[in-house]
Amino acid sequence: MEDAIRLVGITKTFGQVRANRDISLTIRRGEILSLLGENGSGKTTLMNILSGIYFPDSGQVFVGGREVTIASPKDAFDLGIGMIHQHFKLVDVFTAAENIILGLPGERRGRLDMKAVEDKVRKICDRYGFDIEPDQKVYEMTVSQKQTLEIVKVLYRGADILILDEPTAVLTPQETEKLFAVMREMKKDGHAVVIITHKLHEVLSVSDRVSILRKGEYIGTVDTKDATELSLTEMMVGKKVTLDIERPAPENLVKRIEVKDLNVMGPEGVPVLKNVSFEAFGGEILGIAGISGCGQKELLEAVAGLTVPMAGSSITFFPPEKEDRPEQLVGRSPREIKEMGVHLSFVPEDRLGMGLVASMGMADNMMLKSYEKGSSFFVEKKNPREVAEKVKEELAVVTPSVSYPVRRLSGGNVQKVLVGREIAAAPAVLMTAYAVRGLDIGTSYQIYHLLNEQKKKGVAVIYVGEDLDVLIDLCDRILVLCAGQVTGIVDGRQATKEGIGLLMTKIAREDDGHRHLGHTEPGSENSTEGGAAHE
Amino acid sequence: MNKAVPKNENREPLVRIARRDSVSPGKKIGIRAASIVLALILDALFIVVVTGLNPLAVYAEIFKATFGTGLRFMWMLRDMAALLCIGVALAPAFKMRFWNIGAEGQVLMGGFATAMCMMFLGQKLPTPVLFLVMVIASLAAGALWSFFPAFFKANWNTNETLFTLMMNYVAIQIVAYATNILRGQASSLGTINMGSKIGWFPKLFGYDFTLNILIVAVLTAAMYVYLKYTKHGYEIAVVGESEKTARYAGIDVKKVTIRTLLLSGAICGLCGFIIVAGNKHTISTNTAGGDGFTAIIVAWLAKFNTFYMALISFLLIFLEKGAGQIASTYGLNEYISDIISGIILFCILGSEFFLNYRMIWRHREEKGGAAE
Repeated sequence: MEDAIRLVGITKTFGQVRANRDISLTIRRGEILSLLGENGSGKTTLMNILSGIYFPDSGQVFVGGREVTIASPKDAFDLGIGMIHQHFKLVDVFTAAENIILGLPGERRGRLDMKAVEDKVRKICDRYGFDIEPDQKVYEMTVSQKQTLEIVKVLYRGADILILDEPTAVLTPQETEKLFAVMREMKKDGHAVVIITHKLHEVLSVSDRVSILRKGEYIGTVDTKDATELSLTEMMVGKKVTLDIERPAPENLVKRIEVKDLNVMGPEGVPVLKNVSFEAFGGEILGIAGISGCGQKELLEAVAGLTVPMAGSSITFFPPEKEDRPEQLVGRSPREIKEMGVHLSFVPEDRLGMGLVASMGMADNMMLKSYEKGSSFFVEKKNPREVAEKVKEELAVVTPSVSYPVRRLSGGNVQKVLVGREIAAAPAVLMTAYAVRGLDIGTSYQIYHLLNEQKKKGVAVIYVGEDLDVLIDLCDRILVLCAGQVTGIVDGRQATKEGIGLLMTKIAREDDGHRHLGHTEPGSENSTEGGAAHE
Repeated sequence: MNKAVPKNENREPLVRIARRDSVSPGKKIGIRAASIVLALILDALFIVVVTGLNPLAVYAEIFKATFGTGLRFMWMLRDMAALLCIGVALAPAFKMRFWNIGAEGQVLMGGFATAMCMMFLGQKLPTPVLFLVMVIASLAAGALWSFFPAFFKANWNTNETLFTLMMNYVAIQIVAYATNILRGQASSLGTINMGSKIGWFPKLFGYDFTLNILIVAVLTAAMYVYLKYTKHGYEIAVVGESEKTARYAGIDVKKVTIRTLLLSGAICGLCGFIIVAGNKHTISTNTAGGDGFTAIIVAWLAKFNTFYMALISFLLIFLEKGAGQIASTYGLNEYISDIISGIILFCILGSEFFLNYRMIWRHREEKGGAAE
């Protein structure tokens, strides 16, 4: 196979951080190469060098056998290198076609033949079976369509070396499969495809070879057919690891939260939660599964007081030591609920948007939820600093100091700060959503371990997750949400992926079946069924 | 591979720009000093070529405009205090990312309230009570002017930039209308209480403007502490950074927005009080004199740190005084003197770039074509 790109001795430093150290690597035509590594191992930096965003401190780049200099994204395009970034770079109010030709010189001077552009876009879409229309506006697109558009954009520009930076992080399993099919098509066309990821099963299913980076250094390249999840993890982490999540048996279960007939109306006037009822116990991990956008976020927000439920909803909290004096959470302010010991740590798509203040250091972020304590007009900074030092040490957060802006930390470290702060507050109920979103394996296991520690301490842990395998391995019970309703609560030790998968899509299927009957309301009946499954 | 390859395919760019992680204090001083030297050299060239004057003599005049006599120095401090005071007032709003560009109007309303108190209550109230009323009136007037945009922003997310800007014109029209009514067609009220000096700031330590300067100095220090060490300051920082995060932390964003803007407007109003009672002793549509807009630059350049604001206001006023001085001494066209002071300002501000970024020059030309 022909070499598309050869990198020799690439080094890039940012201040004191050495992001890439003497990396040499080959990308071939007609194959899919996975670039694997933990957070902060330098994968994205290396690819940004190829796409002209960064310039290496030293090292050589050969494209098609010739040494080249890539000083700008334009140079990269001229060489046929196209990168699809993790964060989309699209203009919302433009159509697909307009986004595609943005920044390109016109074919003929002074004239823009939009029709020719659209035809060419359509041709590309047909070739790979993409479902976007050239005149569709970006703001009307789904996340997966936006990503498709990014791919069409680089193909339109004639790229034959495609780099995808964590493309599956925002996709559902079905969309991921579709993307992989497209990647295989491109490979068949003789393109070189590089996928940056840290999801091992994806690496194994889609790629031909895997190159592994660790802490900015090149570790090696293996053929995918010779690799296993375990062997790749060991190369990535640099030591022997076990990929088993421990699940201690729940002890001394105490009822902490009882949700009854919870109904929440969404901003568009459509119910987002319908008659949700469940209980959460101290000493266990309750998992919440569901296709994204099925009410997981609203459920946690309702418990945390950030969303106002409709009349008739009841969320009862049983405080530790005072179980006989339950408190009604509906109608309380987020602050009051937090002070009772019900904590929420939500990891949003962009990690920083909620929960952390990007320009502040760890110490100042620690006091985000406790700064108002005490009657003094002034903030107390000593205690948060101590907490920050403790979190830094216990969770091994990599940061020069606790006053270093969290914006500059890598994604994994940001999440450790986020989860660590909630744990440090010693809550009675700890709700986490997407705690391992985008995290590498090592850090993910650390977080599972932390959650288990909380469970052993008697905390009621509610874990909203995306990865069914993890939910089944980690949680004692799993509540399944579908279209805002509870379709079942199953025992984590007996649950199967298929079984949960069926519950996740139950209502959609029933809706299909009942469509001609008009308003059928399966909500109440389903939640009782869920309750029964629990008994 | 039939791709068009750029012609200069094997050349590192001539210069690359990279962000600096941190700068040692020594280097900081070095860069700043170099910028001043550069400014003086560029200016010298300009002065010699365009005016034919001796640059050193021109520099001496600029310097003398502020430091020539004690009185001139006090004048400089007085003007600096007014500008700095507005900058301080804007700091909390800007830190919260609320673009209050209505300082001009808020100052004007504060000054207007003060002037009205001096005119109509001057004879009726004992001096201490009069001053108290003037302060309260000016605070309230300024706060009222910022309350409307804040209230609308907090409740309906209206655009605060346009809203505060428009409020300036309302304030100007109100003052114009009032002066018209009170003084016929005159555009200014003339000096209020000229003979009795009722409601004027007293002389302190032998100078007229000592009180102006003291009040602003205290405000500057207080605002620094407020933003950095209080719970309110922390809330402002969080809301400014991300409203979502603030909401998740249980911060009442509406309340913080309105409270912060009331404070911002109130201090602007107080600045109007200082200008009217402590300096101009009259009110006109020109009372704020554009300082409400210049202060936006002051607040931005200082990145909302009130002590840097003091330095920047000093620099701006120093240059303004210098430009006026050389224009009158040498009979220069005003534009020329403005260019001279502008060059200095440009170089000093331009040095910020070199504090944040470093240039990396091409260093391996000899490697050309060494494709293995």
